[in-house]
Amino acid sequence: SSHEHKLNFTKSKEVCLSYIQDAMLQKQWKRAAEFLTSYVEALEKDYSREPIGPSEMIWRIGTEILCHHSHSSMREFNCFIEQMKTLGIKRYLKVCLEHVFHLLCNGQTDEAYQNLSLAESWRFGEQAAIQDKEMKLIRAYRGLLDYHSWSKQKNILLEHGLDGFADLSVEQEMHSSFRKAAVNLKEIIKIPGVWDLFVKCYVDLLEFYGDHNEAHQVLNEYAYNSKFPANPNAHVYLYQFLKRHGESKKSLVSALKILHDIAPSHELMIDFNTMLQKSKKRKKRRLGLEVIFAALDYAGWKENAKAWSCLARQVKQIVISDKHLDWIKQEWNCRKDWWPAFHFSRYLAKRNWQENKSLSYEKALVAGILLGKDCKYFKYVSHQGCKAQVKRFRMLKKFVNRHNPVYLRICS
Amino acid sequence: SGFNERCAQCSEVNWGLTDGGRFYCRSCHNVTERTREVVNTDFITNSRVQKISKGLRKQKKTDGGCEWYVCEAFQLVLKKQAEALEALGVCPQMKDGILYNFWRCYLQKSKQAYCNRPSGETGKALSVCESSTDVESEPERPSFLHLLSLSESEGDLQTDCSFASSMSKVSESTSVYSGSVDGSLYLMKNQKEKLRMTMPMTLSFCYMALLWSREPITLSELLRFVAEGHIPYLNVFQHFPEKMNLCGVDLKIFCVESWPVYEEVYNKMLELAAFLDLPRFPEITDSCFLHPDMLCIKYLMEANLPDELHIWTCRVVKKIGIGEVDFLTLVPGNKSTRKVKYDILAAAVIVVVLKLLFLLDDHYEWLLSDFAEERNKNNKEGGLYFEFKKWYKVVKHSLDVEQKKLDEERAKYLWRCEKPLFYSVKNKSKVLKRRQMVVSLQSQFGKLSGSVQRAEKPNPSSFQLSWSEENTDGSCFHGHSLKGILQEKRGLLTAMNPDYWLCTVKLCNEKLCGHLAHYREVDFPQSYHFVLRLFSFLLRIQPSYIHDEVCMIEHKLFNKKLYKKLKYNTVLRK
Repeated sequence: SSHEHKLNFTKSKEVCLSYIQDAMLQKQWKRAAEFLTSYVEALEKDYSREPIGPSEMIWRIGTEILCHHSHSSMREFNCFIEQMKTLGIKRYLKVCLEHVFHLLCNGQTDEAYQNLSLAESWRFGEQAAIQDKEMKLIRAYRGLLDYHSWSKQKNILLEHGLDGFADLSVEQEMHSSFRKAAVNLKEIIKIPGVWDLFVKCYVDLLEFYGDHNEAHQVLNEYAYNSKFPANPNAHVYLYQFLKRHGESKKSLVSALKILHDIAPSHELMIDFNTMLQKSKKRKKRRLGLEVIFAALDYAGWKENAKAWSCLARQVKQIVISDKHLDWIKQEWNCRKDWWPAFHFSRYLAKRNWQENKSLSYEKALVAGILLGKDCKYFKYVSHQGCKAQVKRFRMLKKFVNRHNPVYLRICS
Repeated sequence: SGFNERCAQCSEVNWGLTDGGRFYCRSCHNVTERTREVVNTDFITNSRVQKISKGLRKQKKTDGGCEWYVCEAFQLVLKKQAEALEALGVCPQMKDGILYNFWRCYLQKSKQAYCNRPSGETGKALSVCESSTDVESEPERPSFLHLLSLSESEGDLQTDCSFASSMSKVSESTSVYSGSVDGSLYLMKNQKEKLRMTMPMTLSFCYMALLWSREPITLSELLRFVAEGHIPYLNVFQHFPEKMNLCGVDLKIFCVESWPVYEEVYNKMLELAAFLDLPRFPEITDSCFLHPDMLCIKYLMEANLPDELHIWTCRVVKKIGIGEVDFLTLVPGNKSTRKVKYDILAAAVIVVVLKLLFLLDDHYEWLLSDFAEERNKNNKEGGLYFEFKKWYKVVKHSLDVEQKKLDEERAKYLWRCEKPLFYSVKNKSKVLKRRQMVVSLQSQFGKLSGSVQRAEKPNPSSFQLSWSEENTDGSCFHGHSLKGILQEKRGLLTAMNPDYWLCTVKLCNEKLCGHLAHYREVDFPQSYHFVLRLFSFLLRIQPSYIHDEVCMIEHKLFNKKLYKKLKYNTVLRK
């Protein structure tokens, strides 16, 4: 007869683990701790063939419990982690790194720094070489903390500088922190990946010490190197940098163009449209219209009065000039089936009017042009506005009535 | 002695030897200048084996240990288990008289083929035989009864280790590391000797002795006491004397990693009984605890069923002849009779009775219950009629609670003990470090477990579920009457239920597939499954084993009808 129900050590620990899992999912930390107490003896058996052995389980589960349990303290946590470090040499640096994250989350920056330094100096035969990735991260985070120190020291100096009191030692420390930070930050951002925070800090350092070229180079690499994953933030950082340094409109536009391509709903699209509208070049203005329409495709922008005012301004301008109506037509073509319900329903007309008069004004203008004076939205808002005797709504009504034929041309 | 210095670089004590004979630290690869000759040869693991092959015996080793044989250790285990049983109320006779003699008998019979003897050397009989009996040694095997008739106070089990010294020399082919003298031999597969001693077999010995002395402990109870820790089994080596060093392959023999299973222990017991050429066991009569009539009383009580059902269980037992002495008494070696598992049999009888009276088809039993409920409402005086529905609710609730507790206890079970075993001196420090870490983590998380302290072992009790008639909430059904479901026919009380469904029409061949039937929960009514689950919990075995016995009983009970049916079928075909 088969003994698959035979209760043996391995199965017993598996069952124990499932109890721990259940307890954790239900946030019953006491109960999880109770079962973990029974589970830990799994360490005394060799599980070297399993992908995830008991030592890793215990590390991860124990960490969770200690983080959430009401009676546990940081001291206990640190003590636990030190034990975990000795358990799995192959995971040593990973445990160190996660420990550092916890310390940082709990505001213990100094302890975090000490741990990072200790980890950096760890040697264990070929293990250190195998855990190369973690080592790089450790250096990178240490670089980040060095930046943090630098930043603090800089602020101290700036304050005292105003008082006319110069502290030489702080200044020396500051430069030393800079050097340490720069080395490590520079290293990590070479590796393809998402390093937003590290890049920002590094650029900040470079800018402070006046190395704008290097900073520009770094940001370019980060944004344009195809080995790096597509990252909207990279372009944002580059754009902000260029703006800070008064670079040409052309460069600003090209930076934002890519942002528009990968993140059409990004908040900078307003700035982008504003910039483009003002341009003398027809292509740029055309792009501007595309940009603002694309942004308003997104639900998060529905109630953005600024965005609507950009669109309204541009549409108005086109209508008045009577040139490039085909632009509007092109943009409207793929939207005419769903924008009316999405933006210009009667319900929205009421709500917008109640909540935000400016918003309803801008939207009404756009609706009036795109859907004609008889559309629900325009009718309701303009009626309400005229009833309330708000001047601009009267003007709006006149404007749309006057230009109603435009709508007819857009429709055809 | 031994190179136990800490490494200058990393403070570890984890040395290996380079090809050049220098010591190097395995943790940090620091090579020392110390060379091998400086160090005491005890360090080298093969040294012990070399000593053995030179035939040294009873010599104190340099590490303070003594030589010991695997059998000595098992003897100790049995002694501890017997003492525990005595503490539970078993008569001392069982230990000193019966178990001891079983063990002696086993040793004698198994020593014939126990170790490799270089050709030409005749096996010496055990000094046990020589000193305490005047029975001839091999080839004549002394009969067990003869042994039994001799003085039973021939020394305590423990001190009778003299057989070890006259054992033949252990073969020089041992190259496997072990603390015992013959551990490696023990594990070598030798076809001649089938009944090599194992840890589960110690329980077979115990049960065999219990059965012989007809003690009121069933096998399922014995195993439950083992699981609850009242009888040493897991980590029993903790009780071994300090000097008895367990390591190497000894671990494979004495380190238990799973709980013994009923079938395993039971079948081994039968093998053992046959191996020892035991005669017919003392008879199980109707005044014995193990007789189904007696066991049914116990199980009916525990299952919170009316006492009146006992009449029915007795009727079934009588009808199919399973209360006969010849049926119940064990005759080792007789392959024709089906061997009796007393506890499972009694439980199965109750299940069959429930089926007879209540049908248990997920329909009829509830109907009957409704009638009983009506009657109970109208009948204010006199005893209560048994209502299946009420019983089900009460018992299910308790069963679920107890099952949940049991499952949690099993999940929390601690297997390791304070005395960790290690395979060799080499990994001793690693094992001890691990143990230390485990203890430390247990302490840390134990504190976070809140008020839950590890409860002391519950006192061993024969009853896992108990119901008191004094409870006013009506949760005890012992005194309830079956009147509502019975009718009188020609002066006899019979069940109102006219139907019965067989668990299986055809029994499987047990010898081929190990079971009489193959139980799947989905194939049977839920009420039937519930009843199986109840007894499965009480006996701590899988429901399918009870189902097998139920099938067996049903086929005996309805034998004639089945036979008629078959006959009828063959007639038709013609």
